[in-house]
Amino acid sequence: MDHQELEEGAEKVKLLGIWSSPYVVKVMWALSIKGVEYDYIDEDLRNKSNLLLECNPVHKKVPVLIYQGKPIAESDIILEFIDDVWKDLGYRILPEDPYERAMARFWSKFGLDKLSPPIWKWFTTQGKEQEDACEAAMEQLLVLEKVLDEKKFFGGEGIGFIDLSLGSLSYVIPIYEDIIGVRLITSDKFPRLSAWMEGFLGLPLVKEHLPPLDKLRPRYQAIREAFLSK
Amino acid sequence: MSSINSSGEPAAVRVVGGWASPFVNRVVVALKLKGVVHEMLQETVGKKSELLLRSNPVHKKIPVLLHHGKPIAESLIIVEYIDEVWASNGAPAILPRDPHGRAVERFWAQYIDDKIPPGIRVLRGSVAQDKDKAAGEMSTALQHLEEAFVECSQGKQYFGGDNIGYLDIALGSFLGWIKAVEKIAGVELLNEAKVPNLAAWADRFCAHPAVVDVVPDADRLVEFTVQHAALLRAVNVPK
Repeated sequence: MDHQELEEGAEKVKLLGIWSSPYVVKVMWALSIKGVEYDYIDEDLRNKSNLLLECNPVHKKVPVLIYQGKPIAESDIILEFIDDVWKDLGYRILPEDPYERAMARFWSKFGLDKLSPPIWKWFTTQGKEQEDACEAAMEQLLVLEKVLDEKKFFGGEGIGFIDLSLGSLSYVIPIYEDIIGVRLITSDKFPRLSAWMEGFLGLPLVKEHLPPLDKLRPRYQAIREAFLSK
Repeated sequence: MSSINSSGEPAAVRVVGGWASPFVNRVVVALKLKGVVHEMLQETVGKKSELLLRSNPVHKKIPVLLHHGKPIAESLIIVEYIDEVWASNGAPAILPRDPHGRAVERFWAQYIDDKIPPGIRVLRGSVAQDKDKAAGEMSTALQHLEEAFVECSQGKQYFGGDNIGYLDIALGSFLGWIKAVEKIAGVELLNEAKVPNLAAWADRFCAHPAVVDVVPDADRLVEFTVQHAALLRAVNVPK
């Protein structure tokens, strides 16, 4: 049945995901920008479907986008694919200018390589280790604060590739802060980023595809506790 | 090495890098494929120039491409930039034209960056970790890349088909180091029996005119490892 889906699914776009993943949500936002309809298939990562295993045999992870029967994996790669395939729909997610495109890709990679690790460390540790991670995270956040400059979004007046890549911070950080009881992104230290987070979360297409935050909190809480008890 | 040409202006295209860096090699191969005249600014091993620190303050790493003074960092991002800027000068495209083809090549390029550099660091002794494990993981990765080659090449010479493309550059830039660590660690990674297509491709890639003077010989890299052993250990602190 799953194999048949892969061959016959020529017309309708499919997205394999889980409700809680910020990488999946990122793809939903992009598809929303383009106004593309798709079938969402919810995966159980403890019991992965044959379709997922066939479509992403290397990593066995979500999100996976299936377009005309062919799978695409890795969220930022999926974003570029969406922008490529549906370049005439909605608006362009990546800039047209090659230098600006390179910058968009650079800052998106920065988020993954330089920002996410200290934030994760801050969330999953305590004491001195956590303090050091907090400092490291703030150092990188300051870099982003400068990149954002006076713009409403990283993409300018509207959201673009960097906003989509980093956007999940806008709902994840407040939950982390609530669980730990310490603020990371305050409006006095990070006025621009704070405004960006608020502005991003206020967008209708973003709100429409947020995971249920009340369900996320206990999930994240459990993750923190698991790490602290090691 | 002066970066001012005869008209007194700095060269339009400059690469801040080092001959031994596979990431730098990627950029140089891409520029050579496009026939772009450029200037190499070789960093001294163990020292970072003011120019490097200014142009890549976030990572302080090579390569950096300076195009009319504007810096671009991250080797694969630079390769895409080169492909886009010099798209219509008659040289073949580096990335495939179709969106799915691009996504597949980007996927494997990311996989290569996740799997190959860490393995090389362990096998050349820069990081004190289990060498057998690292060799095993590299072999598994190369096995996957063997399958990727079959999928992407569609029976042709390179991952990119008739011409060298993005994925050829992404993996090919590591061939010098892969062969070097084979010697240093006494392991066989590009085994003709296990990865026949990759092994044959490796020879073709290294002999290509845009590559032959860029990706260093294994022996040179072995010597480099010996010469800079302490430095390589100091900068490669395991995470």
